[in-house]
Amino acid sequence: MASGVKPRVKVPKTASAGDTITIKTLISHKMESGQRKDDDGNVIPRSIINRFTADFNGQNVIDVTLEPAISTNPYFQFDAIVPESGEFKFKWYDDDGDVYETSKKIEVS
Amino acid sequence: MNLKPWMTVAAIGLAGAAYAQDESSLSIDGTAIVTETAAPAHMENVDTIYSGWRFRSAETQALETDDFDNPAFVFVDQGIDLFDKVDGTEGKACSSCHENVEDFAGLRTQLPRVQDGELVTMENLVNDCRTERMGAEPWKYSGGQMTAVTALIGLQSRGMPINVAIDGEAAPFWEKGKELYYTRVGQLDMSCSNCHEDNYGVMIRADHLSQGQINGFPTYRLKNAKLNSIHGRFKGCMKNIRATPFAEGGEEFKALELYLASRGQGLSVETPSVRN
Amino acid sequence: MKLTRRNLLILSSAGVAATAMGSLPAFASLTDDAIAELTGGAPLGEGAITLTAPEIAENGNTVPISVDAPGAVAITLFADGNPVPNVATFNFGPLAASRSASTRIRLATTQNVVAIAKMEDGSFQKASANVKVTIGGCGG
Repeated sequence: MASGVKPRVKVPKTASAGDTITIKTLISHKMESGQRKDDDGNVIPRSIINRFTADFNGQNVIDVTLEPAISTNPYFQFDAIVPESGEFKFKWYDDDGDVYETSKKIEVS
Repeated sequence: MNLKPWMTVAAIGLAGAAYAQDESSLSIDGTAIVTETAAPAHMENVDTIYSGWRFRSAETQALETDDFDNPAFVFVDQGIDLFDKVDGTEGKACSSCHENVEDFAGLRTQLPRVQDGELVTMENLVNDCRTERMGAEPWKYSGGQMTAVTALIGLQSRGMPINVAIDGEAAPFWEKGKELYYTRVGQLDMSCSNCHEDNYGVMIRADHLSQGQINGFPTYRLKNAKLNSIHGRFKGCMKNIRATPFAEGGEEFKALELYLASRGQGLSVETPSVRN
Repeated sequence: MKLTRRNLLILSSAGVAATAMGSLPAFASLTDDAIAELTGGAPLGEGAITLTAPEIAENGNTVPISVDAPGAVAITLFADGNPVPNVATFNFGPLAASRSASTRIRLATTQNVVAIAKMEDGSFQKASANVKVTIGGCGG
């Protein structure tokens, strides 16, 4: 696993059925673009998070393809419909093959 | 005088801001933050002091208003993990003695301060604990681990006014810091005051000069997308004027830190702030 | 031509004007190609996407932007002055409450951020915003 990679997500704890909620996600990741050179003049190879997905109870909310132009510590904000109680699953896919995951439960009244 | 062009820039920036807070007042998750107040008596040339927050664009300001949007908090989370992590020969974590990090409320407002005849900064206190009570290796003064933990500790004082002692035992250190502040150095032959006292509010090329306050450190800088320490910033400033920087954690920077903290007397702690 | 001061001034101002006329972002055509690849060359409508970006980016490393295109299936962002124009694609799933997203991007220089939305009916919409990116005077 790339070192120091830590996800953070903000999801409300409760909602009413059918509500729209705003979700914010962040993950600490350098997002090495592949444009930089080291002190010897060699290109530092690209190493980024290339995909982010958010699903709820197995259904997709958003699926993002990231390119090197996404800033260090990729941040996304988007809206989701919450039909019932359940769990949001968030995944970030690294160029190096690692997948970082976190999840948040939500109670629907 | 200097304020006019800056206020015009701020007014232009206001158009297009899409958050419920105007550019002169800052409130973070319900806590009111003082970003403007009367300058302390010892500052002869300045009437009003402003937090660095006031000099940034509307979008950058917005990032600090919410603890989730504030990118520094991913490092505060790392700080929480480090606070609980056992390290060193004594088998302790910070939390073994300091059960609640909230108990550090107020500490950031008083540092640096004199202890046993020495001026100490927060980084000194952390490394003292590590080496003397945990039997652990000291952390690099401005490294990622130190900034994560000093951000966590500083956060506990957010909203509280800066209140450092500059008299009594602190006086000689404060005088030294003040002298450094006004001394020209480097190939560009500039002192801190040339920019931050004589020209705050003015643009230096594309950068909007602030008063150089340190009430928000460690700060998340958009420039390097990570937390930056006070001495790290001093070092960067000195390199910019082509001077050989003093050592981080050394006597000069500690004295300068005390003097700068005193120039912010009354401003709220904003740690961890967001700057350009 | 005799190199008098007057002639030198005339020459250099003509040179500046020529450069200004010809100075489209070097990667604009790369972006056009990338957009064509996405849309298959289909015509681009306007008015259905809102793209929010700052007029002046405080720092090109972290520029907050957001897009909103009701009725879109996906939105792709491009930066026409970056070495690689593609920035991100947002694909909206069945539980997406709105066709909108916010993020933070890197912009190498002053340029246009372009958003292309693929609508439910297969058509495409475009919006663009010019963002000024400067290198600071004394950022350290």
